[in-house]
Amino acid sequence: MSRLILGRLAWGLLTLWLVSVLVFAGTELLPGDVAAAILGQNATPESLAALREELGLNAPALQRYVAWLLGFLHGDLGESLANRTPVAELLWPRFGNTMALAAYAAVVAVPLAVTLGILSAVRRGSLFDRGANVIALATVSLPEYFLGLLLILLLSVRTGLLPSLANTYEGMGFLAWLQATTLPMIVLTLVTVAQIMRMTRTAVLGVMDQPFIEMAYLKGLRNGRVVLRHAVPNAAAPIVNVVAFNIAYLITGVVLVEAVFNYNGLGRFMVDAVSKRDLPMVQGAAMVFAAVYVLLNMTADIAAIALNPRLRHPRAKEA
Amino acid sequence: MSAPRDSVLAIRDLRVVAPNGAVLVDGISLDLPRGEILGLIGESGAGKSTIGLAAMGYGRGGCRIAGGRIELAGTELTASSRPVREAMRGARIAYVAQSAAAAFDPAMRLDRQILETPLQHGLMSAAEARDWMVELFRALQLPDPEGFGRRYPHQVSGGQLQRAMMAMAMSGKPDVLVLDEPTTALDVTTQVEVLALLRDTIRRYGTSALYITHDLAVVAQLADRLMVLRHGREVESGTTAEVLESPREDYTRRLVAERRESLAPAAGVRHDAGETVLDLRNVDAGYGGSLVLQDVSLSVRRGETLAVVGESGSGKSTLARLVAGLLPPARGVVDFRGRPLPGSYRDRDLAGLKSIQMIYQLPDVALNPRQTVGEAIGRPLAFYRGLRGAARREEVARLLALIGLPGDFADRLPGALSGGQNQRVCIARALAAEPDLLICDEVTSALDPLIAEDILRLLRRLQDELGMTYLFITHDLSVVRRLADRTVVMQKGRIVEEGPTATLFETPRAAYTRTLLDSVPELRRDWLDGVLARRVR
Repeated sequence: MSRLILGRLAWGLLTLWLVSVLVFAGTELLPGDVAAAILGQNATPESLAALREELGLNAPALQRYVAWLLGFLHGDLGESLANRTPVAELLWPRFGNTMALAAYAAVVAVPLAVTLGILSAVRRGSLFDRGANVIALATVSLPEYFLGLLLILLLSVRTGLLPSLANTYEGMGFLAWLQATTLPMIVLTLVTVAQIMRMTRTAVLGVMDQPFIEMAYLKGLRNGRVVLRHAVPNAAAPIVNVVAFNIAYLITGVVLVEAVFNYNGLGRFMVDAVSKRDLPMVQGAAMVFAAVYVLLNMTADIAAIALNPRLRHPRAKEA
Repeated sequence: MSAPRDSVLAIRDLRVVAPNGAVLVDGISLDLPRGEILGLIGESGAGKSTIGLAAMGYGRGGCRIAGGRIELAGTELTASSRPVREAMRGARIAYVAQSAAAAFDPAMRLDRQILETPLQHGLMSAAEARDWMVELFRALQLPDPEGFGRRYPHQVSGGQLQRAMMAMAMSGKPDVLVLDEPTTALDVTTQVEVLALLRDTIRRYGTSALYITHDLAVVAQLADRLMVLRHGREVESGTTAEVLESPREDYTRRLVAERRESLAPAAGVRHDAGETVLDLRNVDAGYGGSLVLQDVSLSVRRGETLAVVGESGSGKSTLARLVAGLLPPARGVVDFRGRPLPGSYRDRDLAGLKSIQMIYQLPDVALNPRQTVGEAIGRPLAFYRGLRGAARREEVARLLALIGLPGDFADRLPGALSGGQNQRVCIARALAAEPDLLICDEVTSALDPLIAEDILRLLRRLQDELGMTYLFITHDLSVVRRLADRTVVMQKGRIVEEGPTATLFETPRAAYTRTLLDSVPELRRDWLDGVLARRVR
């Protein structure tokens, strides 16, 4: 089993390296020129050339890539081209904000979705099952920004229950933070619950058709125990997978939600960086997003391996 | 209800209906006295499992008990609430399934699954339940009774797992066991041990049992009484001796006759075999690093049947895959009609592919469910013989007639056919290529005895009429006896004995062959004791 896990880790690292190549190449291909973007209207050919030289843009791409990657490995994300501060200083606080919102949404969405999925599997075909499915499908079908605006209208403008903007600041109280971020959290929950729920339902249903579930019923076990002790553990691998996938989405796919609620997260940070042609900032943010994505999916793969009893408890070697 | 006083399970006029309205069981009444074993006999679809499950107040796949009464240990089940039925299951009546590998939760240790019954029902303290489990493990002769429960299902052998399931059923000290083909999935030599242990355990603890099986010889060893079922109705019932020795109904007589014939001495099938078609010399083959076949040499001559018998893990199916080109040999020589046969089917030319065809164990799986019978048979006609249009249709009709199916079956889908009919279609599909060698891999194992007999008769007729050559892979010695000119016995990837079938059955030389022959259940009620006595010696 450890060989399998090590293999998965190696693949994860390889993926990250490929991502770094893509990110670097992608930012190279961005239209426009950083020096031109910085100097704007005042650019003269001489000042452009001087700035390019100063920023090291004239070196060959490969050399710049290697320097950038080495710096990255040491935690040095470079300097922002726009205001000459280290990217790390600007990036990590925003990343922390994104992680906090994702964690808030995950803490609500994952247990809710898994529970709903299990319940609708157990009551297959019931009113509850069909109702949950329809609502879930409706929420994934609506775009996030529309959901966000709808909720702002209902919960903020009409009723004044929650603030419409997720303004957070350093040293904010926990409860105040929760109140400020509840609306975006609800939007994120609504868009992730559906997929996790439906995947959980399918996985549990697949197991419920197995003979060992019938055997559990024939042992006189109550429904709850059959589902929680026998069905769910055997459906865990696909559930873990879809949960990891959705948490990754909560972190990397929140640009629109951050924009709607004016939340100070990494998604907005990256959008700003792209519009300013601030390449080190774009590269840093892209690498962080990619790393989160790869790490979470790798974790899910490893969890799926670790959850398989055949791999966890191998047969004794036979002669 | 006028059940006898000592009856622990009494069923009256039971009627079970499927969700689509089909009546699965109708008008069944039975009494199970304490300590007795009642055998429920019948082919698939006879309703025997349905009755067993109904006795537990359970309907599989949405089937429901539509009429009648079931009284279990003084409680009427059909009228009782779900909690009452749940309280009875496991505690008063317990189930032993055909496949232990499927009936155990793969993600839970054996002891936790076995202790679940007594603990969840609050029948014993944890310590008592554990002691009882270990006692059962000991009675069932499982290795290391104290530590056996720590293992996961995949960590023990098939025979051990089947016994562990028996322990799981007994863990709540039930009054009644429902044994649903408990040894059918086992190898014959393993079956003997498990049968003996089942019988001893049931006797030792005075448990009653419904023993569900299609195998008369197996049930004859255990049951006090038998009930023969067909299409959900009782055909006849009586003591085991009565039913086996003087069956009243024609259907029962046919069942008994089929079993007796399968046990008759080898008929001495002998074809005038022609030149050697297939020749294997010192072949090794395997998956990954491990060899499944070692030093296998055999030859098949035109017009004869060579049977390859062995238990699971003997390498017999690997041998079939090797000849079919699905698994290239690691070492050795394979000649076909005097020329070397490429190891992989990819390297064989059209004529080579055409000349070796295969029939599988599960006809329903071997046919594309969305292809009509005519398309299934027509494809090899077009692929190998280039037949098109009317010529192909004619040939399909001829092949259907040859295997004994009406011509209009060409437009039907496999789902509309029975298992036996589908197997006939598979045979026709193989014949369509006009092969020199037909590999038959357990082709009758999934069929009911009477249907299997029909298929064997068909294969024999085809051999007589067309001079077919068969490489017949099976674990069923009674099939070998009736069909094969020569027999090869395999064990753990090696050939242990080879010879003309009649000789091999009369005077087996290898010890393993003797054990194998000895393990085939016979209708005599003292057969099991005899085998056990011989084994101890």
